[in-house]
Amino acid sequence: MASELSCRELVELVTEYVEGTLPDDELERFEQHLVYCGPCAAHVEQMRETIRVTGALREADLDAAVADDLLEAFRGWREGRP
Amino acid sequence: MPEIEAPLPEESVAPRDDAALVAALRAGDEVAFTELVRRYGGLMLRVARLYVPTRAVAEEVVQETWLGVLRGIGRFEGRSSLKTWLFRILTNTAQTRAAREGRSLPFSALAQGELEADEVSVDPDRFIPQGERWAGYWASSPRRFDDLPESRLMSAETFAAAKQAIDELPDVQRAVITMRDLAGFDSEDVCDALGLSAGNQRVLLHRARSKVRRALERHLEAGAA
Repeated sequence: MASELSCRELVELVTEYVEGTLPDDELERFEQHLVYCGPCAAHVEQMRETIRVTGALREADLDAAVADDLLEAFRGWREGRP
Repeated sequence: MPEIEAPLPEESVAPRDDAALVAALRAGDEVAFTELVRRYGGLMLRVARLYVPTRAVAEEVVQETWLGVLRGIGRFEGRSSLKTWLFRILTNTAQTRAAREGRSLPFSALAQGELEADEVSVDPDRFIPQGERWAGYWASSPRRFDDLPESRLMSAETFAAAKQAIDELPDVQRAVITMRDLAGFDSEDVCDALGLSAGNQRVLLHRARSKVRRALERHLEAGAA
């Protein structure tokens, strides 16, 4: 049987874990570790929340002048079509 | 395998689906065009900014991209999503423009430097040192973020901390996390856009997420004290 993962090793594999790219044997070691290690489960949860926070970031709109130029370009394109 | 949480839905009143938007654009519908610009304009600017040196040039890239979109809309077949198609045009346009601006060092070359650096995801002090019993295990447990109220996790201050951490990342890590987690593209699209192998993309994404996680932990702990 393969040796157990330490916490320090596990934290390097979290992205592969959430991406679903861990090979089967490593996935098994990873999940076995999570069963008994609350701190690592908390760490993985932090990584998932980090992804969620990043995904919720919103961009400022384009400057009004840029948006106006785009609308002008759109009208030009519409008029210019055959 | 648990799935990654999806980003929040786009903020838009009664969003139209791709097919309806494309049909409306082809028909010359100004409202549809404005809606698309509002939905993606800011994100396009941020992605363009990854390639070119100034905001002004990035705005030109965004404009050029929309012209390309309009010219090509007749040929859009819906094999990819409208968003993916749009961003493909954007990254191609930005790449061409970056080369013209003399910023032609490709991400794949920059990535080598970032990959060669030795990095750990978590501060080694957080673990029990070598030579002691339980070496490599947590010295003190991290605190779950979901113990915090959602209003704190999803607050303007937390977002600001995340944005700052992203801004401070090395170029390729910033590009990868921006495209994957902020813009929501899958790894294949990001590998194509940046010229990275799947493995290297994943390593850089891991480093980027780890740094943002550290920044969020610091920010959230400071508030809890």
